[in-house]
Amino acid sequence: MEVNSKTKEAYFTATQMQLVRTRFFGNRTAMIAGSILLFMVVCSLLSDFLSPYDPTIAGRDKEYENGAPQMPMFWDKNGFSPRPFLHTMSKYRGADTNFRWVYKKDEDKRRYVYFFVKGWEYKSFDFKINLPGKNLDFKIPGFSFDRHLFGADKGGIHLFGTDKAGKDLFSRTLSAIYISLAVGTMGVFISFVLSLIIGGISGYYGGWIDSLLQMFTDAIRTVPPIPLFMCLAAFAPQEWSSELRFFFISCLLGLISWPTLARRVRTHLLSERSQEYILAAQMSGASSTHIIARHLLPSFTSYIIVDLVISFPYMLLSETALSFIGLGLREPVNSLGVLLQNATKADVLLNYQWYFIPVFFLVVLILSFVFVGDGLRDAADPHKNK
Amino acid sequence: MNDNLVSVKNVSVEFDYQENFLSKKQKIYAVKNVSLDIKKKSFLGLVGESGSGKTTLGKAILGANKISSGQVIFHDDNIDYDLTNINKKELREYRKKAQLIFQDPYAALSPRMTVRDIIAEPLEVMKITKSREETDERVRDIASKCRLNLEHLRRYPHAFSGGQRQRISIARSLVSYPKFIVADESVAALDVSIQADILNLLKSLQKDLDLTYLFISHDLSVVAHTCDEVAVMYLGHIVEQAPSRELFTNPRHPYTKALLSSIPSIDPDNQQKAIELKGEIPSAMNPPSGCVFRTRCPNPTHECKEGHTEMGLIEVSPGHWVDQCCINCG
Amino acid sequence: MSSLLEIKNLNVQFDTDEGRIVAVENISLSVNAGEVLGVVGESGSGKSVTAKSIMQLNPGNTHYNEDAQIIIDGENTLKFTSKEDLKKIRGGKVSMIFQEPMASFAPAIKIGAQMVEQLLLHKPINKKEAKSISIDMLKRVGIADADKRFNQYAFELSGGMRQRAMIAMALSTMPKLLLADEPTTALDVTIQAQVLNLIKDIIKEYQMGVMFITHDLGVIAQTADTVAVMYLGAIVEKGPVREIIKNPKHPYTRGLLNALPDINNLDAPLRPIPGSIPSPLERPSGCVFRTRCPNPTHECKEGHIEMGLIEVSPGHWVDQCCVNCG
Repeated sequence: MEVNSKTKEAYFTATQMQLVRTRFFGNRTAMIAGSILLFMVVCSLLSDFLSPYDPTIAGRDKEYENGAPQMPMFWDKNGFSPRPFLHTMSKYRGADTNFRWVYKKDEDKRRYVYFFVKGWEYKSFDFKINLPGKNLDFKIPGFSFDRHLFGADKGGIHLFGTDKAGKDLFSRTLSAIYISLAVGTMGVFISFVLSLIIGGISGYYGGWIDSLLQMFTDAIRTVPPIPLFMCLAAFAPQEWSSELRFFFISCLLGLISWPTLARRVRTHLLSERSQEYILAAQMSGASSTHIIARHLLPSFTSYIIVDLVISFPYMLLSETALSFIGLGLREPVNSLGVLLQNATKADVLLNYQWYFIPVFFLVVLILSFVFVGDGLRDAADPHKNK
Repeated sequence: MNDNLVSVKNVSVEFDYQENFLSKKQKIYAVKNVSLDIKKKSFLGLVGESGSGKTTLGKAILGANKISSGQVIFHDDNIDYDLTNINKKELREYRKKAQLIFQDPYAALSPRMTVRDIIAEPLEVMKITKSREETDERVRDIASKCRLNLEHLRRYPHAFSGGQRQRISIARSLVSYPKFIVADESVAALDVSIQADILNLLKSLQKDLDLTYLFISHDLSVVAHTCDEVAVMYLGHIVEQAPSRELFTNPRHPYTKALLSSIPSIDPDNQQKAIELKGEIPSAMNPPSGCVFRTRCPNPTHECKEGHTEMGLIEVSPGHWVDQCCINCG
Repeated sequence: MSSLLEIKNLNVQFDTDEGRIVAVENISLSVNAGEVLGVVGESGSGKSVTAKSIMQLNPGNTHYNEDAQIIIDGENTLKFTSKEDLKKIRGGKVSMIFQEPMASFAPAIKIGAQMVEQLLLHKPINKKEAKSISIDMLKRVGIADADKRFNQYAFELSGGMRQRAMIAMALSTMPKLLLADEPTTALDVTIQAQVLNLIKDIIKEYQMGVMFITHDLGVIAQTADTVAVMYLGAIVEKGPVREIIKNPKHPYTRGLLNALPDINNLDAPLRPIPGSIPSPLERPSGCVFRTRCPNPTHECKEGHIEMGLIEVSPGHWVDQCCVNCG
């Protein structure tokens, strides 16, 4: 079969990045995982807009504590309605329910769901860093909005149900995804910067600098992460604010996971450094800066991107694990680990199974990162077998 | 006025070797006491097998390996560059005039740069051209001399075959208009039909650009065809050197004789059995004392076997030099 | 003298991301006992693929055609699928030696252990017998201190010795057919001479059939009895070595011979074959050589001619469309 000349020319003039991109787009699993991931990230960024209720204690629904998920319906015994609606719930406790609070549905009272409703106020792009020491505090006032995607009149609409205090689980989950991703991103960023510097110096100069830095890296690596996390996390004073704690946990994650990435950077640099085309540049008298910028850095951009994406799930899991055992982020901050912590009681297992919905999101998030990372690695690998 | 472009005098190149942290540091001589004169506009071949030191010598002449003792002097029109005593500025100037062509056309080109950028890189690094237009013109000029089309310049190395890549590699070495080229096994990785093409290209470029070549190869038949003069190396020493026709019709050193007889002849009726050299090439870490070839020589004298003879080239006929201890043996 | 190996009408295609690539098209070869068949070709000629097909070593995305036959000792091995049957050809009746001797030996296992393992798989003998056969074989291929070398790792041997050890390992099971895929290409020329002499002696002693794959026509001239010239997956010329070299009829064979530097004729210019080898993705239709033929007929250039070998003199076969051209 004769390939037409336009495609051929496109192949000849394609940069390495374009080739990688083409290969990635051809990988179905990776593309599906990528779309899911993108969708979740966008949802988390818009979490305030999408949540009908404030995920903190301020938005709790006193009338509907530990309530089951409510699905908007189009049909009920009274007929069809183009606008989705919910039935009104009322609290009831009596001898027949063993004096436990249950909710009774009133099928005649309808409450309609509206879109783009006004609801609780939320801010965007506002930053408030409250580090120890007055000089390091700074604040950026952001924009405030109060529109939300949907809401119901006269009562709550809780797609995922509510928890013990009445906080909407749907809103909490969205906010949790955002916070977990944010912690993960910061951790990856810190780890990335550290490993680039240490691995880079190690790999480029070699010799005794390399040996020294490698000994240091290995020392950090040999410390078992969980006890290390637990130790350091336990040092965090109780008085710290949520933001400070958040910052602290991200730093911890970054500081503990940089050795792996540093080793990859170093290995890659060591192998690239002895490539013939580098020697060719040196023989023309190229300076170290030129070689690093023109040859070495571009050569491992694709590898580093892959490494970053692959280390994300580990960050997420670490944060989740820490928060789950109570040493990471805590109530009232939402994170997937915190939400999971609430799901460990027997009471919950028996009666309030909707507390497990965040688990599903955690699994999907991690799996999609893993598949995207695999897809990227396959696309970037020059030794792929055809 | 010196007839030589490069004078190599008693050059030795050694490497430090330390087996592990605690063992003693040893010295390995890759090149020992080599003297060579490369005449202007000549095509000198350097042959040898693995461990002969030919690549190390070639790179040392270009300043890529540290010369442990001896002198390498490059005689440019009015300036002499002494490589053992050269400062940074002079080294930069020297690099413009002496370049290397690599062996592996697949590893020598950065996969992330276009052909135009690959060829232009030396110009940019050495700051030879002042504007992008000037660079582009030089690149186009040299690319056409190496028979690369204009449209090839926009492509990436993965679009090209081995032979074409080697041409890109050659173009890159020539873009600074050097006077001296070291071609290190430049055709070894190519198919036979392409080898001939590249060799013809090198010869035509020599005429066009007044180049002097040091052609390093293990393939004697290739060297025989392209080079005017040939030097044979064994374990870091030059054992024989002569004009190529003389060397191939009248070899004097037993190693050269064995090397020539090992080349399988294309004539099936010519079933001469190769002179088989006993044993293996000794390790460079432990070279034999005296004549390094004595462990494999088919006919060493008693003195030679004991390692008491000294090596050194002597002229047996005009322009034909052989190592002295092997004149009597083999 | 019966045929040890007979390949009939073999087509090999690979499924890749870019579609189906034809690696080998319609080739037929045979090797007799005590005879060396040389297979010559450059990159992309399909010579390695052919050898691997004999041992069924090609990767999973390979397609063989239905009517292809590889007959070894009377059986069509292309139809073998069971482990028992495959064991017969891999290391049993057929042995293969490769270009890279480091690739043949596992780096972390001693050579002796690997040779013994290979023997035990194919012969009903015990470990002690296997060890003594292996050491004998190492001695036979010219390795001094065979006892010591038996207990060494591959990296402790030099290139030439490793290659000889690989030959010893391949021969220890007494195969009837030896496939040698560029066995001397990576060796220094003086070592190459040693190894070639060794192979020639062994062939005479054990009366094996050898399929010797290389790109070096000189080696073929000195070692082979018959030669097949391959280009882009097709055989373009085959016949007795003397006949093919003295009287080549195909323009590609002539081109290869002309491109070689001849040490006895230093004044002759080197004449390369014009153009370059097309990639297997762009295999020319009709006659595969038409893009580089110095003198194609009009019909040939259009790709309308069909390939096929015809006998131009006893035992000398040339591809039909090129008999008229070039």
